Amino acid sequence: MLMSSARAGLRAPEANRSNALHPGAWWVWALGLGTAASRTTNPLLLGLLVGVAGYVVAARRSEAPWARSYGAFVKLGLFVLGIRLVFAVFLGSPIPGSHTLFTLPDVDLPEWAQGVRIGGRVTAETLVFALYDGLKLATLLICMGAANALANPARLLKSLPGALYEAGVAVVVALTFAPQLIADLQRLRAARRLRGRPDRGIRGLLQVGLPVLEGALERSVALAAAMDARGYGRTAAVPPLVRHTTSALTLGGLIGVCAGTYGLLAAEGAGFGLPVLLVGVGAALGGLWLGGRRSVRTRYRPDVWGVRAWLVSGSGAAVAALMIRFASTDPAGLHPGVVPLVAPTLPLWPAACVLLGLLPAFVAPSPAAALSPRGPRSPRSPRKEAR
Amino acid sequence: MIRFEDVSVTYDDAAAPTVAGVDLTVPEGELVLLVGPSGVGKSTLLGTVSGLVPHFTGGTLRGRVTVAGRDTRTHKPRELADVVGTVGQDPLSHFVTDTVEDELAYGMESLGLAPDVMRRRVEETLDLLGLADLRERPIATLSGGQQQRVAIGSVLTPHPEVLVLDEPTSALDPAAAEEVLAVLQRLVHDLGTTVLLAEHRLERVVQYADQVLLLPSPGAAPVLGTPADVMAVAPVYPPVVGLGRLAGWEPLPLTVRDARRRAGDLRSQLAVAGSCSAGAMGVPPVRAEPGASGSVGTTSVARPLESRASRWPTWLRRRHSAQERQAEGTSVAVTENLAVRRARVEALRRVDLQVTAGETLALMGRNGAGKSTLLNTLVGMLEPSTGSVRLGRATPHRTAPRELIRHVGLVPQEPRDLLHADTVAAECASADHDAGAAPGTCRALVGELLPGIADDIHPRDLSEGQRLTLALAVVLTAKPPLLLLDEPTRGLDYAAKARLVQHLRGLADAGHAIVLATHDVELAAELAHRVVILADGEVVADGPTADVVVSSPSFAPQVTKILAPQKWLTVAQVRAALDGAA
Repeated sequence: MLMSSARAGLRAPEANRSNALHPGAWWVWALGLGTAASRTTNPLLLGLLVGVAGYVVAARRSEAPWARSYGAFVKLGLFVLGIRLVFAVFLGSPIPGSHTLFTLPDVDLPEWAQGVRIGGRVTAETLVFALYDGLKLATLLICMGAANALANPARLLKSLPGALYEAGVAVVVALTFAPQLIADLQRLRAARRLRGRPDRGIRGLLQVGLPVLEGALERSVALAAAMDARGYGRTAAVPPLVRHTTSALTLGGLIGVCAGTYGLLAAEGAGFGLPVLLVGVGAALGGLWLGGRRSVRTRYRPDVWGVRAWLVSGSGAAVAALMIRFASTDPAGLHPGVVPLVAPTLPLWPAACVLLGLLPAFVAPSPAAALSPRGPRSPRSPRKEAR
Repeated sequence: MIRFEDVSVTYDDAAAPTVAGVDLTVPEGELVLLVGPSGVGKSTLLGTVSGLVPHFTGGTLRGRVTVAGRDTRTHKPRELADVVGTVGQDPLSHFVTDTVEDELAYGMESLGLAPDVMRRRVEETLDLLGLADLRERPIATLSGGQQQRVAIGSVLTPHPEVLVLDEPTSALDPAAAEEVLAVLQRLVHDLGTTVLLAEHRLERVVQYADQVLLLPSPGAAPVLGTPADVMAVAPVYPPVVGLGRLAGWEPLPLTVRDARRRAGDLRSQLAVAGSCSAGAMGVPPVRAEPGASGSVGTTSVARPLESRASRWPTWLRRRHSAQERQAEGTSVAVTENLAVRRARVEALRRVDLQVTAGETLALMGRNGAGKSTLLNTLVGMLEPSTGSVRLGRATPHRTAPRELIRHVGLVPQEPRDLLHADTVAAECASADHDAGAAPGTCRALVGELLPGIADDIHPRDLSEGQRLTLALAVVLTAKPPLLLLDEPTRGLDYAAKARLVQHLRGLADAGHAIVLATHDVELAAELAHRVVILADGEVVADGPTADVVVSSPSFAPQVTKILAPQKWLTVAQVRAALDGAA
């Protein structure tokens, strides 16, 4: 790092291809926050986690299409929360409670459906429990959304081992096709208006489905031709011995993994389960590594895992680790009581450790402002960039 | 560099070979232009070079194609990837990755080049194609010309010896097309790349070609020769060649510059012919009379500049002609102070436009200037953010679709978007139903515009021009007084274009108002009474075709450039004037 001018040196640089944060680091960070969220039902802590994730997304997401997925994940989270509450109201829950809010008419179910209850008493305890539970799920989803918005999916797939490269390309192509498919759908639906048919409503959507799929199919064939002509799937000559070893290792490894898993889960054979599983995984990895030798491809400017990547992933991991620890030392603070109902309080130390997750908002390279030209910018705090 | 030895290609379900008797050599470092009408197998012939025909498409290839010494029978496309670079018609279906830089590197990654070599070549290619500022941009956000340059760049980075391009400029505006052609020119001259190129818009490319390969008709043996020789016999030719043939220039000029040098005599001849025909007819030469264009083939637009109107100051003339327009015809569409915003982009600003019945108007301007937005606003797909649009008494975005099609019809850029049925007959039946027309109305229109089309053919199997005409018939079933066409000549050859011009003239004569959004200056010259040029969402020029295009270097048709300062637009006008004088 350049430390000549302390202020400028400490500020995160503008993001470009060379200093781009490894997408894996964002995923480690987000999974860390998600793990932390799964360890608590305290709505204040969960809210804090959502706030941390949202702040980092606002400060560091780019203008790329995938960055817009965050909003979708937030909506999905709210939807899950809503569903959880609706279920709690109509299906009830095993939580005993004394604060009855209202009573729904009971539905008598036949004998075979014993144990399922529809309607009945709805207590405050039931609702609060469902709220906490739903909030936990929603927070998890929002953390995943943050990773989706911040990490470039194409570059993440580029970090796959060589043998999985072709599968990775297929996923990348699918990722670019999905938005095109949606654009096609919108265009064709709008075109219905030109034929004098209503351009809104479900029926219109169904009628353009077939043409859209036809178009997508044609485009995929054209893309396949282009990829073939550009050398996709070229393979290096590999000696037969290596080829056979690869197949043997991969197959053997997979069988080992299956057998090992069975051993671990079944009552008998718990003794050999773990070693067989480990050997299987090792063999499969070896097969993958050897298989990579068949592929001639090289990588253009791979993302490097640098200091900033360590800091970002480390902050997520730290939040997760500390939360797991607090979950055992301070269970009351992390799981506020439902029966009897108590107002949740914010446990100080866990809250402080959640704030560690804000580190990426300061150390990750900040995306270039879309509208301002390159060059010296007026010093701005990341807070101002937050949208 | 590329050797064809008695090559013929027969597709599996075809009775006769698509291309046959190809026996020729394309030498190293030449730009060879492949010309011919639609459907003669240009794309097939290009495909044989990259090995996609027959390895990918199926079919049987007889004979032998060798590229840089590699036989395409034994080498699959992927094994030719380091010697042949292929760019197809639609750049968007060529891209594998999402950013410019990754796309440039993709081919090299597949070939397994060393990282430092890749890095160096990407930087070189970014400079060569002028893409350095776009390197981190997502490809989806680029303009058409930029995408086409990225597509070319992406096949250039592995340093192929042969570049194969299928209609690289047909979707581009004139300026973007020049951009792409300048790049090709540079590759041929500086790097010695062999380029094989198919293109319909010969007026753009023929002057760059070292040799022209003509496919005269399906299955016929191709003719390879110098551009001038081949153009003398080709069934497809640009206006400059048409004018040269008309004037009997030998050898044929291929560039505007060559033609201008020889056009001295023709110009003086035309000055006489033009003035006497103007005097004889005695029509006040203000602007094209909508009715006159179809019947005569020449319009009063063609009158040389000694017209009364053109001596007046521009602002006065504009107002004058606007008043006249209101007086002589009913306006079919009026926009007032129209502005359209899409997300944060102001796609249109302060657009005041009036279209009268029987008038043909060409909307021109670079890609992204707002032409399609304006058309979409006129059919109510977009809502104006300020200002108003009126079609007669209807407001498009508040009118129900069933009602709207009686006011306006749009043939979109991709005519296929309009066609949903499996057969032409079913398409026509549903068009009648949609429009509430008597059964058989649409079918009768199709029979008129496209004689000899079978009922049970799938719209997908029609040629580009036939599909456009079918979409046109579908739209016309509701008899809208205003007809909009978005890029109608994309992918059409000269014959299909001539038929389209004929249809549209007939419609204008019948009183339809027509608005074309087009990059095709020759089409605008031939058809439009009035040209509106959009830039950045604003109207920057609006006036009679002759006045607007003559003053613009990029929108002037070739005949205008050759015969400037006289205001001739098309070869047909020149021919008519000469015939009239003789």
